[in-house]
Amino acid sequence: MAAPAADAAFAGDPYHVGLEGQSGIATGHGEGGPASERVIVGYGFWLFLLSDIVMFSCFFAAYAVLQAATAGGPTGRELFNPGRVAAETACLLLSSFTCGMSAVATQFRSRRWTQASLFVTGLLGLAFLLLEASDFRDMAARGAGPDRSAFLSAFFALVGCHGLHVSAGLLWLGTMMAQVFVKGFRTDILHRLICFNLFWHTLDIIWVAIFTVVFLLGLGA
Amino acid sequence: MFGKLTWNAIPWDQPIPLAAGMAVMLVLLGVVAWVVAKGHLPYLWREWITSVDHKRIGVMYVLLGLVMLLRGFIDALMMRSQQALAFQAPGYLPPEHYDQVFTAHGTIMIFFAAMPIIIGLMNFVVPLQLGVRDVAFPTLNSTSFWLTATGALLVNISLVVGEFARTGWIPYPPLSELAYSPGVGVDYYLWSLLISGVGTLMTGINFATTILKIRAPGMRYTRMPMFTWTVLASVLLIVAAFPVLTATLAMLALDRYLGFHFFTNAAGGNMMMFVNLIWAWGHPEVYILVLPAFGVFSEIFSTFSGKPLFGYRSMVIATMSICLISFTVWLHHFFTMGAGGDVNAVFGIATSLIAVATGVKVYNWIFTMYGGTIRFATPMLWALGFVVTFVIGGVTGVLVAVPPADFQLHNSLFLVAHFHNVIIGAVLFAGFAGITFWFPKAFGFRLHEGWGKAVFWVGLAGFYAVFMPLYVAGLLGMPRRLQHYDLALWRPWVLAAGVGIVVMLAGAVCQVIQLVVSIRQRRELRDEIGDPWDGRSLEWATSSPPPAFNFAVLPQVRGADPYWQIKRRAIETQQLSGEPDYQAIALPRNSPTGFITAFFATLAGFALIWHIWWLMAAGLVAAYAVFVWFAWRDVDEKVVPADEVARIDRDARRARARWLERNAAGGKA
Repeated sequence: MAAPAADAAFAGDPYHVGLEGQSGIATGHGEGGPASERVIVGYGFWLFLLSDIVMFSCFFAAYAVLQAATAGGPTGRELFNPGRVAAETACLLLSSFTCGMSAVATQFRSRRWTQASLFVTGLLGLAFLLLEASDFRDMAARGAGPDRSAFLSAFFALVGCHGLHVSAGLLWLGTMMAQVFVKGFRTDILHRLICFNLFWHTLDIIWVAIFTVVFLLGLGA
Repeated sequence: MFGKLTWNAIPWDQPIPLAAGMAVMLVLLGVVAWVVAKGHLPYLWREWITSVDHKRIGVMYVLLGLVMLLRGFIDALMMRSQQALAFQAPGYLPPEHYDQVFTAHGTIMIFFAAMPIIIGLMNFVVPLQLGVRDVAFPTLNSTSFWLTATGALLVNISLVVGEFARTGWIPYPPLSELAYSPGVGVDYYLWSLLISGVGTLMTGINFATTILKIRAPGMRYTRMPMFTWTVLASVLLIVAAFPVLTATLAMLALDRYLGFHFFTNAAGGNMMMFVNLIWAWGHPEVYILVLPAFGVFSEIFSTFSGKPLFGYRSMVIATMSICLISFTVWLHHFFTMGAGGDVNAVFGIATSLIAVATGVKVYNWIFTMYGGTIRFATPMLWALGFVVTFVIGGVTGVLVAVPPADFQLHNSLFLVAHFHNVIIGAVLFAGFAGITFWFPKAFGFRLHEGWGKAVFWVGLAGFYAVFMPLYVAGLLGMPRRLQHYDLALWRPWVLAAGVGIVVMLAGAVCQVIQLVVSIRQRRELRDEIGDPWDGRSLEWATSSPPPAFNFAVLPQVRGADPYWQIKRRAIETQQLSGEPDYQAIALPRNSPTGFITAFFATLAGFALIWHIWWLMAAGLVAAYAVFVWFAWRDVDEKVVPADEVARIDRDARRARARWLERNAAGGKA
């Protein structure tokens, strides 16, 4: 497929690294002066995501320290429901795929397909959240809430923090759909869509780590 | 309706906080009334509160830092006078109040005095040194500032509504857990730091992006001024360390609010995990503060010696090494935890490695002066005072980095003296030096030299008079944070420190006088060309104060110390470089987003502290609404037309041309 016409500005810069046709002198690398707005926004958001990952790593570390501190209460092996975790994982991974599709649709400046992919992404994210919420409710109903043991505190904080991020992501996604609907593919909205995509995929990566560290190791213990 | 908040939250029976709070409120109301009556409110709103200009935000940060420095200093006066009186006596501060005072002192000094002063200098100087027009995300920058102000406001509200934490500035559990601190004090601590921590993190992201992606053409990494390098190291540390603080405090908040068991005594909680986590933030925090301070002194040594910085590359390597190693030393804050000899040895050695990198810096500063033409202006005095003081602090630091020695000195006044020695000697001295150094750039006139020197000499004497006795008291076994004591052995040293703080108070008075005198004599102290100190880096290449767009055209950088080269060329050829081709400049538009967000964050924070759930929900919804409203705007830039740019820049060039002529005439005479 040919490069989309709207990206003619990036003709000399197929990978969008900020060269912008400046005859070989890259911006943002000293000689070329300040980088382009797109690079600056993306770079800043990457830094934010890294800091967010550092925050998650603290919750992971706390979970690793406390995972055996069940205080005579239920263990992960007794509590985790493999079927439901698999369903949650499937929802989230599929939503990452549809989110990627929305980015492709945006590249081709197709409003309809961008909105449709974002909508499906939102539905899958919502399904994930509902499954997780019912999971939490069931555990609390069995007397295994976060106040039962340090292990469960760490579990609810780590998984719940990811859930909060997904909720914030859904709020953002709704806002972005409204913005695309009202304002179309303006430059700043394109930048925000890039950031949203990065954010959503990062949540997926964190879920993969949660799936491995919490559920696989917990069920295998 | 109002959660835990009742009329009893106001300490009617405690005259000291009540009177202090009332006085602060009266002063604030007086200032607001004066501003409104004089009709300055629209100006303040338009030019400062909603400003997204990095220079304005920088000035506001420094102002916030100085006001809070005064608040923290008043706490210090109370502690020193209490200890002076409380020998075999109860003194005048009851224990529950004294505990709040030392907690508030530490919290305020680190988070709301030192951090805002350092971040304020970063804000003002870095884009100018890089030769660019603003930071990467100007509105985010304003939001960062206002969220920091929110945190400071919440801490001060605790003075009259409720109480502050009684746990020490690092609130170790289980003392900080609900079972042992049932009041709202720890909650004030948690929410003011969680909210201002978001602001600090965003500052870190903003400046890391700015330095790595937005530099004038030709500004390679190896040409960046040393202050900018140290800021880069500092903001990278912020990005990596502040999320750890957020996570740790969030865990403590979950324990206190929702009955979690992260750090409790019961149900498998692990309180040493808190100590580990918080120092994994806390030690990098020391370098977040002190690295930019090193940068300030590097600029000053080089400028006032009339020489390029000695060992530029080794300075960069030392800075970045400290940036990395600072993440591997946190356990030295609690050698006494009992992690075992091997673990303690590893962390002790890592700590000593930092001293090596710092030693490299000290020698570089000394060699920068060697063979230079040294001018002893006020900033240079602070720099010299810093080198001497900081070496003493560093040596005592290496002493407590040795685990067996630390077992003796842990929790004693020796430790208190050590970290005040490095933080005052480096960060605070850098604050005063940096403010004196860049003040003319910000306001167009210098600070009064005579009073500046008085601040330095009295402040320096006061510092030594307070903290040298505390070293001795610590070696004699006096623990920190004593509300009263009975041992006559410590008495003379405590009294000496009490006298010392009176000297420091005199220094603070000199500082206030200096500001007043300088403002009154601003015409005589005017900096006409924008280069009052014979500077070397690009901030001196523009006028004082700089225009909103900083540079009419982005400077082309051809080497290290770029402004020095431009100046040399102008003096040799006896003319300025040719007039550039002026073009219209787009600047970010002002925005009240930051202020409004912080307003709702204050409401939400206050609501969380007092368990007023509806207000918290309302605050969060309103914050989201502000966010969407901001995202919805269609015009985010205003354009300065080319002839306006030309007019402003030609004025500045005329002043420089006059200086060049005068300089040539003076040279002949």
